Amino acid sequence: MSDALLKVRDLKVHYPVRTGGVLVGQYAALKAVDGISFDLKAGETLGVVGESGCGKSTLGRAVLQLVPTTSGAVSWLGTDLTHKSKAEIKACRQDLQVVFQDPLASLDPRMTAGDIIAEPLRNYFPSMTAAERKAKVQDMMAKVGLLPAMINRYPHEFSGGQCQRIGIARAMILNPKLVICDEPVSALDVSIRAQVINLLMDLQKTFNLSLIFISHDLAVVRHISHRVMVLYLGKVMELAERSALYDAPLHPYTKALMAAVPIPDPDKERAKARVILSGDPPSPLNPPSGCVFRTRCPKATELCANQTPVLDTAPAGHEVACHHWRG
Amino acid sequence: MSILDIRNLTVSFKTQDGAVSAVNDVSLSLQKGECLGIVGESGSGKSQTFMAAMGLLAANGKASGEILFDGQNLIGASESTLNSVRGNRMGMIFQDPMTSLTPHMKIGRQLGEVVIKHRGATPAQAREQALAMLKRVQIPEAERRLDMYPHELSGGLRQRVMIAMALMCSPEAIIADEPTTALDVTVQAQILDILRDVKERLNTAIVLITHDLGVIAGLADRVAVMYAGRIVEVADVRSIFANPQHPYTKGLLACTPRLDDACGGAMTTISGQPPNLQRLPSGCSFHPRCGYAFEKCTTERPALEVVGATRAKACFKTIEAA
Repeated sequence: MSDALLKVRDLKVHYPVRTGGVLVGQYAALKAVDGISFDLKAGETLGVVGESGCGKSTLGRAVLQLVPTTSGAVSWLGTDLTHKSKAEIKACRQDLQVVFQDPLASLDPRMTAGDIIAEPLRNYFPSMTAAERKAKVQDMMAKVGLLPAMINRYPHEFSGGQCQRIGIARAMILNPKLVICDEPVSALDVSIRAQVINLLMDLQKTFNLSLIFISHDLAVVRHISHRVMVLYLGKVMELAERSALYDAPLHPYTKALMAAVPIPDPDKERAKARVILSGDPPSPLNPPSGCVFRTRCPKATELCANQTPVLDTAPAGHEVACHHWRG
Repeated sequence: MSILDIRNLTVSFKTQDGAVSAVNDVSLSLQKGECLGIVGESGSGKSQTFMAAMGLLAANGKASGEILFDGQNLIGASESTLNSVRGNRMGMIFQDPMTSLTPHMKIGRQLGEVVIKHRGATPAQAREQALAMLKRVQIPEAERRLDMYPHELSGGLRQRVMIAMALMCSPEAIIADEPTTALDVTVQAQILDILRDVKERLNTAIVLITHDLGVIAGLADRVAVMYAGRIVEVADVRSIFANPQHPYTKGLLACTPRLDDACGGAMTTISGQPPNLQRLPSGCSFHPRCGYAFEKCTTERPALEVVGATRAKACFKTIEAA
């Protein structure tokens, strides 16, 4: 894929965690993201799913260089961001924006909606006149479904869904090429969630936007993504086109995740075969040897404990990291 | 036979900007051994209805109406009457297991306290019963967990401890308020399985409060849908999903993303936002967002009326089955 905007190669984010020691600390590496690679094209949405602690948010932040990366490359339009100075990264950030999970907490309560949405313009175009800025902000407010007349209101005067629209407007005001959405609808009510998803899909079409959509909700990810990546303990378990992944998952973890999502239909939900994974994901501080999923995997064998499976290319464009995906 | 009978319950809170009615004229009954699902979005009053039943309203809250537990009215009841019911005959499971367990008390003591208080058990008996209950909710290495603190357990294990605690006195009813919302889906599946087992084997009635229709579909026998502090529809679980009779129920079902439908294109939405409880629309609270609304809906509030043998709805329109 030569037309990829973003190329991530063997990205690792390890955090030192103090594990003991009185005077001289002993540290272990918490491998939040451990060797993830993917490409992203213009206008494409990559969904990232996984359970808490799988590294999905850290991955998003590492792409934006909001957390220091340990090794690997994040190349944006051909330049590697991991070795850039702050000023150089700032220049790129005009194209790389983010929408966070908690719509209210990610907005400064003492700034008006207008000021919040205009802040990126002040940062990147200090010479822009106030009138121009206001016009741009009101235009963007209309695009994200906010009444431009609400420009002088404060975040607490908006509902959760509207706050998330303010966050999206702030991300969109610089006309970015990529927006990373970190659980953007998880805090919203069901009826509002669909509105925000539709808004993101509309913006994508209008601006040929690339999205990295991080969520624990498989059904939402299925709706918005073109390709989907399944993470577990910082590693990619499976990566495939949306329909290939959801129609025929190959990795036992993907299968278990999908089986665990309740279906809003009493007959189907009660009749469905239960693949219940036992236990919780292990601690990322002390991951299992070999395949990280083997402790909860119904298919695990001795091979899985001894050898870490690499991402294998399987039919229908799947990439899967499992010794036993063939059956 | 109903174990919990809520009649014309209204819950209001005094705030600086005046009184807010969180629950309005809600009547519901929980039959012995059934699972009643309560669905609604934030601010619909689904939690406050049952916080009132447990006598757990915030200090500025006031309940009126009747909440009959096995015939005994809990509204205005003394603390000692309430204490003889809650934790004993009616258990509660909260959303966040970390903040609802005491952080400085070992698991075994927290569980044991319930039977020591309500059943006069000795500490040794209490510990034994706590151990049995941890095993019942499938906690691995149960013996070792008795001497652990809540922070040493994962979220899923903590929620099992909450369930075990609610079950300690073999209650007739359990109120589970968003019991799986804070959990990962694979852990959610385990917890739902335990609740299903509790219902089937112990014949405990469960009130399952959630915003997730999928969770309801797997466990509930009957479902009540709430909007802006009122019940808008009640029916058996199959009817609610197959043939919703209230436009809000229908809308909620349509905008819930699911893994078993055809996807692509825009998602179905309910336009607008849930109303501010202090400035409720006139007539039917749902009318500004409702595709079926007509003039009458803006001026008159539809009452919850019985339609058919097992269901009721609060809407002037008749919705044809899809």
